[in-house]
Amino acid sequence: MQMEIFQIVGLGLIAAVLAVLLKQHRPEIALHVSVVTGLIIIMLIMFKLASVLEALQGMAQRINVDTVYISTIFKIVGIAYIAEFGSQVCRDAGETSIASKIELAGKVIIMVLAVPILMALLDLIISIVP
Amino acid sequence: MDVNMIFKIAAVGILVAVLNQVLVRTGREEQAMMVALAGIVIVLMMVIKMISDLFNTVRTMFQLY
Repeated sequence: MQMEIFQIVGLGLIAAVLAVLLKQHRPEIALHVSVVTGLIIIMLIMFKLASVLEALQGMAQRINVDTVYISTIFKIVGIAYIAEFGSQVCRDAGETSIASKIELAGKVIIMVLAVPILMALLDLIISIVP
Repeated sequence: MDVNMIFKIAAVGILVAVLNQVLVRTGREEQAMMVALAGIVIVLMMVIKMISDLFNTVRTMFQLY
């Protein structure tokens, strides 16, 4: 289980060497090598994350948190991961402006998702204040 | 989701680079361009499938529908 870090580091080193080798002649394919490396590492990590998410969900059910809130949090985490991945790829390719637009889109979507929670908080505050 | 994909893509890249050099040296610039384009398309096809796999995994895991 913990030994996978050696696997991932080795994978990253080999992919870095290949990307540097390809960068002189075919920069676009070097970008693909780095994208696929990132994909493989993220997929390796994602399957580990699944058990943590299940535990969190179980805990939320045990303490009777509304399922809307916990699923919103999961959605926000997923959107953050995906947006981070896309913006890193664009930044690798040298397209900094597209990367920052992807980050902006992620922030806006997260804000839209967070509005119901904010409204619930506001309702609670209004109901407490006489 | 296997590591072989990295080596596959790097092999396509090296092959395309070599073919490109040979074709440019023999004076067939258009064909060299076509080889480069074909390499990009082949690699893109492989990468797009993996990206879609990642998106589906994240979607099911974080309940993003």
